[in-house]
Amino acid sequence: MAPSTRNKLVITASFIAAFILISIPGPKWADQFRPDWVSLVLIYWCLAIPQRVGVGVGWTVGLMLDVLYGSLLGQHALAKTIIAFLTLKLYLRVRMFPPWQQAFFVFLLLAINQLIILWIKGIIGQPTETLTRWTSIIVGMVVWPWLFVILRKVRRHYHVS
Amino acid sequence: MDASLGRSLQIRKPSSITRLVMFVILSVVLMMADHQGIRLHQIRASLSIIVYPIQIVAGIPSSIGRWISEAATGKDTLQHDYEELQKQNLSLQARLLKYDALVAENNRFRFLLTSAERVADRVIVAELLYVQPDPFTRSVTISRGTADEIYVRQPVIDAHGIMGQVTSTGIHTSVVTLITDPSHAVPVYVNRNGLRTIAVGTGAPDEINLPYLYNTADIKEGDLLMTSGMGGTFPAGYPVATVTKIINDPNEPSLRISAKPMAKLDHNRELLLIWPGKQPIKLDNEIPANGTEHTK
Repeated sequence: MAPSTRNKLVITASFIAAFILISIPGPKWADQFRPDWVSLVLIYWCLAIPQRVGVGVGWTVGLMLDVLYGSLLGQHALAKTIIAFLTLKLYLRVRMFPPWQQAFFVFLLLAINQLIILWIKGIIGQPTETLTRWTSIIVGMVVWPWLFVILRKVRRHYHVS
Repeated sequence: MDASLGRSLQIRKPSSITRLVMFVILSVVLMMADHQGIRLHQIRASLSIIVYPIQIVAGIPSSIGRWISEAATGKDTLQHDYEELQKQNLSLQARLLKYDALVAENNRFRFLLTSAERVADRVIVAELLYVQPDPFTRSVTISRGTADEIYVRQPVIDAHGIMGQVTSTGIHTSVVTLITDPSHAVPVYVNRNGLRTIAVGTGAPDEINLPYLYNTADIKEGDLLMTSGMGGTFPAGYPVATVTKIINDPNEPSLRISAKPMAKLDHNRELLLIWPGKQPIKLDNEIPANGTEHTK
C-alpha cells in the first residue's frame, strides 16, 4: 500500500473511532462526562502531522458532527476549524510542553470549542446550559495524556507522517 | 534537535490564514443559509449517508445487550408474559369492537350536525436508532427518512401521546426533536375547560413547562393537556401531558406550571409518524346519505 493511502486510512479510522465513541448510547447521567473525542483526535493529528491535518480536515469533521448531531450546519465546522487553526499556530511550542501543560492547552482549546458553539446557539436563540458543559471539558483534559500515548503508538506503528 | 526542527519548519504550510478565512466564511454562509431555512436538505441528506454506518455501529453494543437480556429470559417469564399479552389482547379486542361502533355513531351524529367528518391520520411505525449524544438537546434519530415520505415538521407520537416533531430528514433516517427539548413548544389546551396555552420543553427528560398562564388562570394539578391544532404542526386532540405541579409566586405575573409528558419519551423503541388527516377511517358500513338509521 502506498504510504499516503495508508496515512489517510489510519487518520480516517481514528476519526471514525472518535465518532463512534461520542455516539454510543449510554446512561443519561454519563452523557455530561463524555469527552469530546473528535476534538481530541483532531488536536492530536494537528500537533503530530500539521503538514497533513489542519484547517480543512477540521472543517470536514465538524460538518460531519453537525449532520450527526442534527445541529445547525456549519456550527461545529466553524468551531473545529478554529481549534485546528490555533493548534497549527502553536504546535511547535506545544510539542515541547510537559504532559500536564499540554493537557492545559487542550483544556483551553476544548473550552474555546464549547464557547464558539454556545455563542452560535445564543445568536440563533437556542437556549443553552452553560455549567454542565464544563464537566465534559475537564474529562477531556484528563483523558488527553492517555489518548496522546495511544495515538502516538498507532502513528509510529503505521509510520504515519 | 535543530535538524528536526528545521525540517518541520520547511514542511510547514506557507499560509494557513487564508485557508482559515476561507473555511470560516464557508461555515458562516452555511449557518446563515441553514438558519434562514434555505433548503439544505439535499446536502444534509447526502452527508447523512456517510454518517449512517457510524450510527449503526454505535448502536451495536446496546442491541447486543438487548439480545442477551432477551435470550436470558427464562421460559417461565416468557410463558407469563404470553398469558398477560393474551389477556390484554382480548380486552383490547373487546374495546375495539365498541370503538368501531362508537366511531360509526359519532360520524352519524356529525353528519346530522352537517359538520365535516372527522378523519383518522395515516400512521407509519419507525424504530428508534439512537439518542442524540449531545446531552443538552432532546432529540432522537429514527429509522425512516424521505424514502418513506417523511417530511420536516411531521408530528411523532407513541401509544400514549405526542412525542415531538421531525426536524431534519435523511434518506433512511431522520432526527426527531422531542417535546422536552428546550427549543420545542407545543400549542395545547386544557382538556377540562378548553383553556389554550403553549407547552415548552425544559431540557429535563420528563418535564415540560407552561410559562404563559396568568395567576388567575383556571388550571389544576392533574389536568390533561391536549394538542390544540394551533400552529398547524400537530393535529388537534392528541394528549400531550398532565399537569404535575403549580407554583403561584405572588411576585411573578405568571404561574410556574410543570407537566409530565404522557408519551414514554425515554422508554420507547418504536414510535409512530402521522400524516394528519390523510386517510379516512374505514367503516364496515357506509353512512347512508339521508342520515337515517341503518342496519348491518
